[in-house]
Amino acid sequence: MTAGKPDAAVVRDALGVGIAVGLSGFAFGVTSTGGGLTLAQTCALSLLVFTGASQFALVGALAAGGNPFTAAAGAFFLGVRNAFYGLRLSQLLALPRVLRPLAAQWVIDETTAVALAQPTRRGVRIGFTVTGLTLYVLWNLTTLLGALGAEAIGDTDAWGLDAAGPAVFLALLAPMLTGAVERLVAGLAVVLGVGLLPVLPAGLPVLVAALAAPAVLWARGHRAGKGGR
Amino acid sequence: MNAWIAIALTAVGCYTVKLAGLMVPAGALERPLVRRLAALLPVALLAALTAQQTFADGRTLMLDARAAGLAAAAVALLLRAPFLLVVAAAVVVTAGTRALGG
Repeated sequence: MTAGKPDAAVVRDALGVGIAVGLSGFAFGVTSTGGGLTLAQTCALSLLVFTGASQFALVGALAAGGNPFTAAAGAFFLGVRNAFYGLRLSQLLALPRVLRPLAAQWVIDETTAVALAQPTRRGVRIGFTVTGLTLYVLWNLTTLLGALGAEAIGDTDAWGLDAAGPAVFLALLAPMLTGAVERLVAGLAVVLGVGLLPVLPAGLPVLVAALAAPAVLWARGHRAGKGGR
Repeated sequence: MNAWIAIALTAVGCYTVKLAGLMVPAGALERPLVRRLAALLPVALLAALTAQQTFADGRTLMLDARAAGLAAAAVALLLRAPFLLVVAAAVVVTAGTRALGG
């Protein structure tokens, strides 16, 4: 293990992400109650589901009049990516089995991005815990405030709050684009994710886009194998 | 009632996949190819989600003020701005573009 960066620097990174994304729970609270869910339903989503993209997808599908099973399926498909994050995190966090059911609820885009950016196991654990705790507390608090304030704020799109979600994703993605392979995977995923959106059921295009990762790895392995002869 | 059914299904489903990822034996990831794949999957998913939430409304593709907001976020990232500033840039520029009729 390398010496790594000081704990304080890890905590600062984690708080930065946790606070910024945590505050965007406000946008979710507003969107959810604006879409017709009650205050209790909106808060239950943030407490129990706690993965932003799935929550937004569910609320959008219900607001559009979708039946509960289709709506839940779309949200579930979006949440499947957290299993892949968990695969990566379990290796780096090396948690005792009894702690895993507790840690599981915090396995999301943001905690994974912060944890993976740390060079040591200690850093990974601090990054995951501080991001998870900050985000869970703030996301639920701002969801409640957003739901309460939905009527006061009126049209959330007029405030540009619908751009917060993608900006968060972009900020998480940027540091991962370290090499040609990463950029190729990202580019292919964008083409698949956007191109398939009009033709596949909600939630599926993002899963197909995930196939960009094995596709690029396979193509490179294939080429390297041929080049070696 | 329908909304509660959807919420319950989503909550159980999303928690289960989160836990499943953590419970898979560590040995399953020791192969270099699997490790490489696990590292690249978030790249693909985040890229696709960013593009979808910028250029789509539901299942309809469109170019609107959010694209300007995301461009501002990209510039902020290139300038190594802190996370909160990146998100704020996207929100402010999107709202500003809309106010100007974009």
